[in-house]
Amino acid sequence: MSRFTSLVKKEFNHIFRDRRTMLILFGIPIMQILIFGYVVNSDFKNIGIAVFDKSDDAHTRKILTKVFSSGYFGFAGNIHDQEGISAEFKTGKVKAVLVFEPGFGDRIDSGQQANLQIITDASDPNVANTAVGYLSGIIRNYQAEIAGPTVGQMIVDAQLRMVFNENLISAYMFVPGTMALILMLISALLTSISVTREKELGTLEVILVSPLKPSQIILGKVTPYVLLAFCNGLMILLLGHFVFGLPVSGSIVLLLAELLLYITLSLSVGILISTMAKSQQVAMFASLFILMLPTMLLSGFIFPIENMPMALQWLSACLPPRWFIIILKDIMLKGNGLAYVWDETLILLVMTAIFLFAAIRKFSIRLKV
Amino acid sequence: MRTIAVLIRKEFTQIRRNRIMIPAMIVAPLIQMIILVYAANMNMRDIDFAILDEDGSSSSVNLISKYSSSPFFSLAGSVNSLDDAEQLLRGDKADLVIHIPANFEKNILNQDRPAVQFLVNGINSAAAVLTASYAQNILLDYNKQLLAGFSKPSVSQGFGTIQIDYSHWYNPDLDFKIFMVPGILVILVTLVGWLLMSLNVVREKELGTIEQINVTPVKKYQFLLGKLIPFWILAIVELGIGLTLGRLLFHVPVLGSLGLLVGFTAVYLITVLGIGLFFAAISETQQQVMFVNFFFVMVFILMSGIFTPVESMPDWAHYVNIINPLSYFMRVIRMILLKGSGFADVWKDFLAMGIFGILMITLAVTSYRKRA
Repeated sequence: MSRFTSLVKKEFNHIFRDRRTMLILFGIPIMQILIFGYVVNSDFKNIGIAVFDKSDDAHTRKILTKVFSSGYFGFAGNIHDQEGISAEFKTGKVKAVLVFEPGFGDRIDSGQQANLQIITDASDPNVANTAVGYLSGIIRNYQAEIAGPTVGQMIVDAQLRMVFNENLISAYMFVPGTMALILMLISALLTSISVTREKELGTLEVILVSPLKPSQIILGKVTPYVLLAFCNGLMILLLGHFVFGLPVSGSIVLLLAELLLYITLSLSVGILISTMAKSQQVAMFASLFILMLPTMLLSGFIFPIENMPMALQWLSACLPPRWFIIILKDIMLKGNGLAYVWDETLILLVMTAIFLFAAIRKFSIRLKV
Repeated sequence: MRTIAVLIRKEFTQIRRNRIMIPAMIVAPLIQMIILVYAANMNMRDIDFAILDEDGSSSSVNLISKYSSSPFFSLAGSVNSLDDAEQLLRGDKADLVIHIPANFEKNILNQDRPAVQFLVNGINSAAAVLTASYAQNILLDYNKQLLAGFSKPSVSQGFGTIQIDYSHWYNPDLDFKIFMVPGILVILVTLVGWLLMSLNVVREKELGTIEQINVTPVKKYQFLLGKLIPFWILAIVELGIGLTLGRLLFHVPVLGSLGLLVGFTAVYLITVLGIGLFFAAISETQQQVMFVNFFFVMVFILMSGIFTPVESMPDWAHYVNIINPLSYFMRVIRMILLKGSGFADVWKDFLAMGIFGILMITLAVTSYRKRA
């Protein structure tokens, strides 16, 4: 046993000696959560709008004041001819152009139909679509204003309720996602690098010829990372809770147990990668391209899985983070118990068993060689 | 000059010999590109919805059929109580429940303005907003249809109506893939230039082979150029392959000049390679350089505007983006490819990238010491 503890101690020394990696390990989740919380959210504001006003009357000026005081749009200049539109789009500052036809105001005053055109730079399709929606809304409001109260326009009203997230806080999405990503990063990437480095430098051979059993070697390697990952997971939870008000409606014990399960799973993936990779570079690329990017893009972290083509949905089903994110959301946000997440938990358990079995098998084979 | 050529040849030989490097550099990123472009889809389709119909009249059936025939929605079932509705949302069986209250039809006929309730799963806030707006748009259509049925004499207000008409330039179908391909290309080029190069240098440090080069009469600048040029070439090749693939598979338009794009990429890569070299100079192990690079690459990618418009970000993000090379490249590649912007439109970015590149290379060269 003392052999085992000294192995664990050695591993801890390796980790703590490299201050920079430690700093980054705790820096990544903090930065990522802050960026997702404050930078990459679905806020829509300061979108550059240029104006091609062929009429320039009281009505167009009032509409423009409304548009630019809405907070969604910023004034990006006047345009005086048709060619000016594409020139403005090409500089990239203008995302949409409002075109008023000549005599716009006169037509409104005389009860005729006045035409207004919105031209968007749809090279960013979401911005184009949203801009049209918001601009039309503002203009319709203006019309309602000048036409007086329009009673009875709506026959059936809509009543909207956002369940589980009344205020539509985007942190509800990215905190669980970040957690799945970071734990995978620490557990899989870090363990696989640390094992392959020992391989590359030849120090692994030294440990292998010691009287330690293969299972002890693996456990000794893994234990420090379990602790590290667990601390990191807790930090993300606290950050999400205290900075973004993320609730933990379900059982904390269940949540922590699932956390531990996911960490174990990621570690077994890391060990498996390290038994197959010959160099640190290979281990890194395997971890990065097989784990990190798919985790970010296929696990439902950023893009909804339901929108993906069938083949990708199947691929996504093979990724542990996908199920872990569902579990996290269920327990934290919906307050669901094990009755709702038993199937996802089972999937994670089976995956863990498969990876662990493969890793230990591969590892002991290496010993005989 | 000959020395540099020899060093470059050595570098290419090493890359070719390493059987993992070629697939890791060329094949894996391209597979990623194909997968990611399909995955990064923000168009919603087939949203699962359930019905809680407490009226059961022809009006409510009519309304429901409007939803089930829409391509945006697909009917997942009907429930009999609000509790059941919540169970469905809880179990992720539906993302939207449409609750039609009792006396719906009667209230329509009496013009009592009945309200249809939409319960939306709000956890994914972006998707929830879209779901809600699709749902409300259909209700709006339904209203119009009812209004037409009542054929009330329209109140004359003395004011004309404003007819709003819109057209989407450069991407009339609002195809999200065309938007994503250039973004993914930026990531691929950056990963090859920045990450691989800096790993490569630190690897020589870790294995000690850098010492062997240090004791030769090879000069510092020769060694560094010998490292930079191969990865600079590789990254540009990567851009070419990625662009061809994007063109063939996703029909990404190439409206602007390819020469301009390659020129900008070349300048951009100098900056990125400089950053990678700098981090390599101050790191001891591959693990360290990997994590430091990963940290910055991640922050830079997310802030570059790959998913959301840079203009909507808070002010401090704008300042960060001044030193974020990816934000320049992200903007310029989309402008050149999708809108056909010319040199006159991007010269400022060219200039900024050029200055940035010189700064980073200087920093990298001065921080690299020939002695380990």
